[in-house]
Amino acid sequence: MTEYLTLSLILFSIGAVGVLVRRNAIVVFMCIELMLNATNLAFVSFSRQHGNLDGQVAAFFVMVVAAAEVVVGLAIIVSIYRTRRTTSVDEASLLKS
Amino acid sequence: MTVFWVLAPIMVVAALGLVFARRAVHAALGLAVVMISLAVLYAVQGAPFLFAVQIIVYTGAIMMLFLFVLMLVGVDSPDSLAETIRGQRLAAGVVGLVFAALAVLVIAQGVTGAVTGLDEANADGNVYGLAELLFGPYILAVEFTAALLITAVLGAMVLAHHERLTPKRSQADHAAQRMREYAETGRHPGNAPTPGVFAQHNAVDTPAILPDGSALHESVPPSLVERGQVREARAADVDDVARQLESDEGGDEK
Repeated sequence: MTEYLTLSLILFSIGAVGVLVRRNAIVVFMCIELMLNATNLAFVSFSRQHGNLDGQVAAFFVMVVAAAEVVVGLAIIVSIYRTRRTTSVDEASLLKS
Repeated sequence: MTVFWVLAPIMVVAALGLVFARRAVHAALGLAVVMISLAVLYAVQGAPFLFAVQIIVYTGAIMMLFLFVLMLVGVDSPDSLAETIRGQRLAAGVVGLVFAALAVLVIAQGVTGAVTGLDEANADGNVYGLAELLFGPYILAVEFTAALLITAVLGAMVLAHHERLTPKRSQADHAAQRMREYAETGRHPGNAPTPGVFAQHNAVDTPAILPDGSALHESVPPSLVERGQVREARAADVDDVARQLESDEGGDEK
């Protein structure tokens, strides 16, 4: 039980570091997906720990929301790429005075 | 437990590859490995439905979407290594390590008691048990999910929609422009010659050679020029071939 949670937390931390370190917007997005997957693992593990299926339902909803988020996020990245010709998160600074 | 100890190191290494890979495609590969391994861990932990959903939705749909967008925005754009904020990388690594250590300690302390296991909850089958919950107490959340998915689809369509700012050029427009260029600059209005019509090299990366021995660079496809893969055509190649032919004929006579 603790091993699964430890693995989940390690993956979550790696994803968080990736979000902070990487510059490419698509890779940042992949790191966010990694974090969501890690929480799903924790949900499923807790579901087994407590012997009811609510955790699995929560993981299912996380997957649905992640799918919706990826669709909109990637559309934003594509539209930024069309106008700015870059996917670097540093370049998208039009709102800066 | 064997499955866990086999998959856990693979997953951690693949996740680290996601952070350290220079090219986005390699990062995507690492993420795919993590996702498939996670699916196996779900199956081991009594969640066969989530196992299938993880493979179909995550590795099937979401990863494909990532790869499609990677191909749209150009695969060969390695990340810049310049730091915008000085020392950010190091600070992020330290913060991540501290967070991981803290969370592992706290959670390991917090989880107590024996593992109940899902044998009882899965008695009628995992899918049946999930359906009972989804269409029972969680029905409102399912309805909101439907609204969310439709909103996401509409949002993606609106964001990815491309308004044409200049009128589309027809074939007649192209022909008129060719003739205008011919009149103004003398550029040949017909087809460009095919590349590779050359004494020694006949691949597409070799420019065609003109009667006076100079190379015609327009004959090479522009995408090859952009990638810098054009082979230099040497007028002396013709002489080399002629010399070779002569020496071959001399050999036959002997």
